[in-house]
Order: sequence, then C-alpha cells, then structure tokens
Amino acid sequence: MIERILMQGNDAIARGLVAAGCAVAASYPGTPASEILSSIDRWRKKSGAAMHVEWAVNEKVALEIAYTAAITGLRAAVSMKQVGLNVASDPLLSAAYLGVTGGFLVVSADDPGPHSSQTEQDSRLLAMMAKVPVLDPASPAQAMALAGTGFDLSEAFGVPVMLRPTTRVCHASQDVDAPPFRPPVRVARFVKDPARWAATPVFRRKLHDRLAEKIAAIAAWPATAPIRMNPEVSAAKAVVASGVVFAHAGELFGELGISDRVALYQVIQPYPLHAAFIDHLLETYEEILVLEESAPVIEMQVADRRRVRGRLTGVVPGTGELLPEIVERLLSRFAGLPVPGGPLPVQGGGRRPTLCPGCAHRSSFYAIRKAAPAGIYPSDIGCYTLGINLGAVDTVLCMGAAVSQAAGFDYAHRLSGKPVDIVATIGDSTFYHSGIPPLIDAVVQGARFVLVILDNGTTAMTGNQPTPGTGIGVGGETTAAVDMEGLVRACGVRFCRVANPDRLPEFVALLKEALVHAHERGVAVVIARQPCAMVARAAGGTSPGAIVVTGECTGCRHCVDRFECPALVFDEASNRVRVDEMICTGCGVCVHVCPVGAIRTRSAGEKRP
Amino acid sequence: MNSDVGKPPIIRQQIVLSGVGGQGVLFLSRLLAEAAIAGGFPVLTSETHGMAQRGGVVVSHVKVGGFESPLVRTGRADLLLVLKEGNVVLHREFLADGGALVVNAPVLTDPDSRVRVHPIDADALAFSAGTPHAVNLVLLGFALARIGGGTVGGFFCTAAEIREALSRRQGGGGSRLAASLSALDLGITHGT
Repeated sequence: MIERILMQGNDAIARGLVAAGCAVAASYPGTPASEILSSIDRWRKKSGAAMHVEWAVNEKVALEIAYTAAITGLRAAVSMKQVGLNVASDPLLSAAYLGVTGGFLVVSADDPGPHSSQTEQDSRLLAMMAKVPVLDPASPAQAMALAGTGFDLSEAFGVPVMLRPTTRVCHASQDVDAPPFRPPVRVARFVKDPARWAATPVFRRKLHDRLAEKIAAIAAWPATAPIRMNPEVSAAKAVVASGVVFAHAGELFGELGISDRVALYQVIQPYPLHAAFIDHLLETYEEILVLEESAPVIEMQVADRRRVRGRLTGVVPGTGELLPEIVERLLSRFAGLPVPGGPLPVQGGGRRPTLCPGCAHRSSFYAIRKAAPAGIYPSDIGCYTLGINLGAVDTVLCMGAAVSQAAGFDYAHRLSGKPVDIVATIGDSTFYHSGIPPLIDAVVQGARFVLVILDNGTTAMTGNQPTPGTGIGVGGETTAAVDMEGLVRACGVRFCRVANPDRLPEFVALLKEALVHAHERGVAVVIARQPCAMVARAAGGTSPGAIVVTGECTGCRHCVDRFECPALVFDEASNRVRVDEMICTGCGVCVHVCPVGAIRTRSAGEKRP
Repeated sequence: MNSDVGKPPIIRQQIVLSGVGGQGVLFLSRLLAEAAIAGGFPVLTSETHGMAQRGGVVVSHVKVGGFESPLVRTGRADLLLVLKEGNVVLHREFLADGGALVVNAPVLTDPDSRVRVHPIDADALAFSAGTPHAVNLVLLGFALARIGGGTVGGFFCTAAEIREALSRRQGGGGSRLAASLSALDLGITHGT
C-alpha cells in the first residue's frame, strides 16, 4: 500500500534510492546533505534489504566505495554537500571515463545563499566538467522520483549520474506518496577488463571519445527531457527554470496570471541540455529568461546572446540565492508587469550562533588565548568555527586546512626571523577526514606549532554522526574504532597528550608546555577530550542552581565577552551577571574564568540562588 | 505538482515560525505539517539547519494548500509565530496586511496597525508549569485559541487536530506526551 507521509527532501531522496534497489551507500556528513545517509539506513531497516551503508572517513573515500560497488553491477549511491564534491572530484572525473555497470548516483547538495557553507558553488558545473549528466529536482517529491530515474539513466548509458538538490529541496518537507521498496536482488560480479578499469592514457583517450558519444545520446534521452508546463499557450517569450527556482516560478506564474502569455519550461536535466530543446527554444521564442541556481549552466548551453537573458547577461543577479521575491521581480519585468518593490527577507540577523552551554570547545578556546595571547589561531570546519566569537579562530579555509595553515604560518614567520606561537584547532571528525596528511607533512618538514584536536567524540555540527574514533556505525551498530593517540604518534608526532579542557588551569599549563615543545622540537598535539554537550544534554541535562554568581560581581563583562556561555547573562538593570538556570549544565568552567572570583559552584546544602 | 489529495484544498495558509536554536521551531513546523496532511491538505515546509541551530536565528515556513514553492514571500504570511521577541523586527516583514503576529513576550506594542498582535509570556508560563522546554507548545496553544482553528480565515486546523498530531508523534512516550499536551492546554487556556 502506498502511504502519504511528510518527508524532508533528504528523507525523500533516501526513500527513492532504497526503493530503487540501492545496495551500497556511503557519505560524509555536511549541511544540507547530512540526513540522507541516516535516512537511507532507516529505510534499509524498514525494507529489510541487505545493504552496506556507511559514514565514510571523507567524501573521496565514500565516492570510491560506492563507485566500486557500481562496477560490480550493483546499484550504489554516494551523498555529500557541494564542498565535499570538491574532495571527491578526483575519483568522479575518472569514474566518468571508466563508467559503470550498475546504477551509480552521486548526490551533491548545493547551498545557494550560502546558508551553512563556505561557498555557493554549483555542483552542476562540476558535473559538466566531469561530463556526467545531472538532474535538478524542484521539490522533495521530485527528488525522490529522480533518484530512481537517475539509476535508470546511469544503467542505460553506463555512466555516473549526479542528483543535485539544493538546501531548499533538502530541507523542505512535503507530503509525498512513498513508493514501495524494490529489494536489491542482484549479485555482485566484477568482470575483469584492465583496459577499462585500469586504463592507461592510450585507452583513456578512447574512453573519452566513448563518453562524448554517451553525453550526446543522453542529450536526447526522453525520460529527462524538459517539460513544458503550459503547452496550450503560444507565446513570444519563454521562461526556462530548474530546481527550486522552477517551483518559485511555477507558483508565481499562477499568482501573476502570466501563464497565458509566457511559456514556462522545467529543465530536469541541466547537463547535458537536450539538443532538440535548445533548437526548439531558439526557433520558437524571441526572448528567453533562464532562472537557475547558482551558475549559468543551462544559460551557457542556450548560446544565443541576443535572445537569452540570465545571469550571464546581468538580468539575473550573478550571486546569491534566487529567493521567490527576486523571482517575482524578474518574472514581472520579463512579462511587462509593474515590478513589485517589497522588502527581501532578512538573512541572519539577531543573536549570532554560539557554542552550546557546557561545550568543552569553549574551555579549549579560552585556554588557548590564555596560553598564547599573541598567537595565531588557524582553525577548521565544524561547530568550533564558532570559536571566532571568542577571538580564538583566525582562519577557516576548508576541511583539514587548520593543520597545513599552521605549518604555513610557521614557515612564513620563521623565514622573516619572527617566529610566533601558533595554536591550531581541528575537530576529531575533521582530523580523520583530512587532517592526517598535513600532519605527516608538518612532522617531516619540522613545522613548529601546537595542534589541539577538539575530540568530542562526534560530528556535532551536522547532527552528531559517529566518527571513526567512536566505534559506532550509522545505525548504532558496533564497529572497529581508531586509536587517535596511536594515529597521531604514528604520524611522527613526539608530543601527544590527552586532557580534559574543562579542567581549565591544568589545561592552560599543558598548552604552555606544548608550546615550549613545539618551538624546540616540532609539532605538539594536545587532544582535548570531553564529550559533546549536546550528547550529554540529551543524556540528562541541565543542572539548575549548580552555579552561583555572588555579590562580588563587578559587572566587568569578562565572562560574557571572552567566555560567551549562553547560560551567563548580563543583566543591564543590576549591572551584574546572572545564570540562566534553564540552560546551565553546571560544568563549572566559568568559576575559573571570573577575574574576581564572583562565580562559584553551590556547596551542598546551600540555598538555591 | 501535488494536487492528488483526497480533499480539495479550500484553505491556503502561509505560516512563518521564528525563534532561536533549541526552542523547538522545527518541531512546531513538523507538527503543523503533519496536522495538515491528516486534514487532507498538501503541505510544504522549509526549515533551517546547520550552524544557526547553535543558538542562532531559526526560521521555518509552513504552506498549507496548493503551493509549489517551499518559501513564504515577504508580505504574504497569514500568521507569524515568534518564540523570541527580538526576532519580531527581523521577520515581521513576512506578515501580510491583516495577518496575525503571535509573540512570546509579556507585552508587545506594535506601531503598525495593519497586523493583529497577540503577546503571551510563554517563557514564564512554561517555566512555572515545570515544562521550561515546552515554550513552543504553549505559544502554539495560545495561537490556536486566539485565532481560532478549522475555519477559513483562522488556523487551518483545530486544537483537537494538533492534539492528535502530537499523540501520533509522541505516541510511545507516555509522560513526554502528557507534558506536551499539558503545555498545549496551558497556552489554550491563556488564549481563551
């Protein structure tokens, strides 16, 4: 029986994959794609299908694992956020040449805006560079359907296929008819063919020719051809849209009443754009407006500068999310209607994000500034990027760069004869993802810095996925666990110590010792080990009344500005700090932060404040 | 795109929910969406995830009826539910003329008479009732009572339908469900 249920876009993609017989799925978490893999595992359990589902150490590994399953004839998928695709781009570009025998879907979720990313890059451009067809869903329901279509397309032509949702699809929810599951019944069978699977450059050239032929044929594949929404209308103008921008446009066509005079098309497969569609557009319309996120992928394939309007011509803004308010203005102008002038929604604003109450990262950052007040603080991608609020994060480039940037700062300053204290921070998950090769490099090159691995035992930012150090799999099952200290030492690091950052005075002393070692003997690693406060909170929580602010508080704001715990609230009326009992975890670290000793733990039997 | 539901979508309602990470904005929007589906309406929501969830501003859009885009445009929301008073200034532009603003604040005087303002000190109520984390449900109960449910021009659903949706969501957890229902009722009582 088909059930109609509320599904988040990521959940719908997962359902579509499992329903279509996906047998192997791998991912590394990243907003907005994180929920896809955990949903796959939930649907796996519900369907009873035999599947291998894993949180991989990084996106490159994830892609290689899923790809390899697909060259044994099984259906396989890999999911990631757009910057994860950068990490996985090396195997992707090669996989396009070699092709697949079973369906292979690369789900790369883009984040126009960007809302929770370093860039608003367009994965479709990378698909174009790789010569991989890409599908661009407008809604959770369509994303679910296209997961199955993607597998069919992949198998019809023996190529990897990309499914490219954006944040507004991944994190939209919708009522959908959940399709029944089709249990994977295939048996893995790898047919040896070294000229293909291990192709040398001579064969690669032939494979490239073959790929070009496939792409030309895919540009005529009926199942993914653009859809005309109002075929009964003859018009001189056409709007061509894809992804969620199409959803905005479709709704606005109705509201603005322009369906009877402007043609509307949804492009489902932006690359390769169907060749007959390009001909049809240029033969039929005088003006064509292309609406897509976030690069002009469709627009540049409809190459007629006199008639096509879009991001390349400057009619559509060149960067940023195409919000429905912007689409409304673009459509109104294009259709010759008065252009509305209402406000755009406020992005962000208000209270800035901050580390959770009781988060041990806060202790680490406070200690780092105490131990190396004039230091340089390279950091990395995760919750702890919020250490920027505490003045303890100077650089954030990409996954793993904290380690290489620490080395880079050291070499640059030492060349100039002015060595500095460098204390880098990286989370445990990010360290496993891409912190290890730069650490090896730093040891070999004799770099002098302290690396603090913020080991909270989880991938917190993206929803607390397990790391290779936890010994827990995607569905909570037991896996082997990696020994972080052993790994660090095996990289050649001679100073590697583990400590709880919430023991603030001891932790500051340890950092100072590590700095001395770094300047004299090279890289020192301090593992700041304390479980994520969100996990601890879920396990039982807050501690009302544990912390007391006494009358000695001078209102100096040191704890509020330098420690920034949300549970410490500055009360303007009394010019004093008070404790927000609804969220205080009672960790007691702030006791060591107050310069006048006005914060203390409540003694047993003492009255609640 | 999504018109194959049993019941014709006679109601079209756009709701924006605003708060900060940890207040349960996401929970409320899913609850409303599930109540919409149970009522036979198509529904689209848009959620905030990622870094903003760490105490930053969180917004959800809920569109009930025949819509295609998951986002509510400024000036189009029938209803704005604000769990953090400071967010009013950020998100009031979503409200349509004649829309209703329900805000978690002891008092709120809005100079703009084009919207109806309904303040409730949900923090204090939830705290005194011993359910400090159910501020979201107190506010929702209050909104349902103030605006009226199940009628054109009112909420798309009734308080009873929200109770049913809550029971389905938290069916397994007896004491958790009881606490949620009492928080909802607390809001309803204050709004009646």
